[in-house]
Amino acid sequence: MSSQPAPLMSGALILLECLVKEGVDCFFGYPGGVTLPLYDAMYDHPIRHVLVRHEQNAAFAAAGYARSTGRVGVCCATSGPGATNLVTGLVDAMMDSIPIVAITGQVTSKLIGSDAFQEADTFGITRSCTKHNFLVQHVNDLPRIVHEAFYLASSGRPGPVLIDIPKDIFQAQSHYKPVDEIHLPGYKVYTDGHTGQIRRAAQMMWEAERPMIYAGGGIIHANASAELRTLAETLDAPTVCTLMGLGAMPAGHPNYISMPGMHGSYAANMALTHADLLIALGVRFDDRVTGRLAAFAPHARVIHLDIDPAEIGKNRTADLPIVGDCKRVLAKLNKVLVEIKGEHQPKNAANRQAWNAQVASWKQEHPLTPPDKDDKEIKPQHVIAEIDRISGGNAIVTSDVGQHQMWCAQFIRFNNPRLWINSGGLGSMGFGLPAAIGAQFANPEQLVFSVVGDGGFQMSIPELATIANHGLPIKIVIVNNGYLGMVRQWQELFYNNRLSSVTLDNFPDATMLAGAYGFKGRTVDNPLQLRSALEEAVAEHGPYLLNVRVTPFENVYPMVPAGGAINEMVLRPPQPVAVGE
Amino acid sequence: MLQIISILLENKPGALMRVTGLLTARGFNIESLTVARTLDPELSRMSIVVDVQPQLRGQVIKQMNKLVNVLQATDLTDSPAVARELVLLRVRAAMASRTAILKEAEIFGARVVDSSTEGFALEATGDAEKLDEFIDIMRSYGEIEVTRSGTVAVSLEAKKLRLAPPVPTSSSAREKEKEEVPSH
Repeated sequence: MSSQPAPLMSGALILLECLVKEGVDCFFGYPGGVTLPLYDAMYDHPIRHVLVRHEQNAAFAAAGYARSTGRVGVCCATSGPGATNLVTGLVDAMMDSIPIVAITGQVTSKLIGSDAFQEADTFGITRSCTKHNFLVQHVNDLPRIVHEAFYLASSGRPGPVLIDIPKDIFQAQSHYKPVDEIHLPGYKVYTDGHTGQIRRAAQMMWEAERPMIYAGGGIIHANASAELRTLAETLDAPTVCTLMGLGAMPAGHPNYISMPGMHGSYAANMALTHADLLIALGVRFDDRVTGRLAAFAPHARVIHLDIDPAEIGKNRTADLPIVGDCKRVLAKLNKVLVEIKGEHQPKNAANRQAWNAQVASWKQEHPLTPPDKDDKEIKPQHVIAEIDRISGGNAIVTSDVGQHQMWCAQFIRFNNPRLWINSGGLGSMGFGLPAAIGAQFANPEQLVFSVVGDGGFQMSIPELATIANHGLPIKIVIVNNGYLGMVRQWQELFYNNRLSSVTLDNFPDATMLAGAYGFKGRTVDNPLQLRSALEEAVAEHGPYLLNVRVTPFENVYPMVPAGGAINEMVLRPPQPVAVGE
Repeated sequence: MLQIISILLENKPGALMRVTGLLTARGFNIESLTVARTLDPELSRMSIVVDVQPQLRGQVIKQMNKLVNVLQATDLTDSPAVARELVLLRVRAAMASRTAILKEAEIFGARVVDSSTEGFALEATGDAEKLDEFIDIMRSYGEIEVTRSGTVAVSLEAKKLRLAPPVPTSSSAREKEKEEVPSH
């Protein structure tokens, strides 16, 4: 070994080296005053930086990258306004447990606290919207902190981590010493699950008469889809996937029902209400799933598996808690289930058959299908159904937030995990388009649809430039009803139809808008042209902006009113009463 | 109901804010909080009293343990522990009542830390209830000013401190290490 000291490098360069060491191939950001030294170092560095048009979209693009790959997404912003613009994206990643690392510039160390130009207390502001955050105080700490940040973001329950770096740290010269070991004594991750608990869980599963699997985003984060499928097949148990878990089971799988909850299917919600054992895997009993908590799965004992101990018992008491990684625990559980199958199975066979038959009949009674077609106006559900047909459940679909998001969740039958990308917990409008940018960069060969409402789309229009700039072949489909549809739905149903500030007039001409950025766009409003328009969009090599004018007053059903029990669904819009009926 | 929590945390910038911020964000009301260095100057010990419904006590501890800088959070409410508080109290006393005040102070085991023609400054420790009484009695002698420290607590049983071992920086090495760990 040579005893020569490591070469002197700037903090900026050390940061880039550490990013490379973490396997970062591209990241999303926007430069500014205090990150000038960093961007100068990037100038002749091989790492790829994607210039977005607003910092919030850098965070969302990083999330799209992370959600579609499972790898850590990285975004970067300058101090002050740059950092505060990241905040929505950080909270979004926090709510949905998405591994992202945000790098922000900070004013020079000696100016911190002096209300310097573009100074904000980023470390303080982002404390509550990150899994952990760092303020770098010495350039020698930089490698350690970067690796800790990536480890924290991607391990255990994933989440956003922010590193705030003062300008002088970027400029400082240091002998770069690679860090081989991370020591975070207070950060304990329990992955394996308690063997005794796993065995007891297996027994409960065989003893149950009406078992039901309730799987969520934790399955996707743990890459445990194969294990989930084996579990469902071994038990032959009905399975629902939450909004964050869609794709964890192939939608066409015989054991699969649909999404449960506020806009879930009749069968999913009825099954949850009647199950005697709820196998909750990587879920957090969110209010949009449970409805009125006291009436949720009232007959069920609960097995709750989660990597985050604080989720267990937070909303619903678990009869059998297991803390661990979904993939590792399910793999063990599946083995135990087979081992002990002989001693348990036959006594329940008849009951479980009846249970599956009951679920099947609920599915038949009120299937989740788009409403009847109309030959004058396009119904929004049919736009989604058509995307489902064209993609065959194999394309990446990013959505924004609102009615179209729920229709996507209802009607796109995803075959695989990491295809469905949406803002679940935070419900941030303006998410869909930048998330598609991140997903397309991470998956250049994949077909990516960005399905957005006319509201959320208008929050993201600046990113059309990023898309055009890189020729990203994203298919942007605007489900355009001229309204903030979901807000209007609630005003109609719960606020006496007093529609307040929900009309979105003056939507731009899509052909001209796309044209202004140099790519193709089109508006359709004729149901007969919907299919060919979508096919044209997909056939186009570059980006495509398809603005679909849909019937304005369609609402999302089934619907569980806020505070209702999930079996008290409103299945369809109130129908006009026919004379003589 | 009051819950007493003892937290051992790394003495890092912002660590205190993480603890208090988390309690606030989750809607738990802080009754009192004390913090100081331990024998190891890199660590601090916090005693927090939180007003929380009994069924949420476990959730508070779990949330605390999720903080990266927290090495250990323990619920001392029902476990063998000693909890004490210190009060510093200034009482204005007329010459006539000075002897009586000193008698009362003696009963409560309080010490005189300052004496002047205006009155006394007294120091007392004890559990919160005893100090309430002490303050009430002193108030009957004249105008008082009180500063309370908030509860500090120590567990009477040694609880093993479980720390996370170091992990390799490279994620592929971490995966490999995980595979090699025999399942218990």
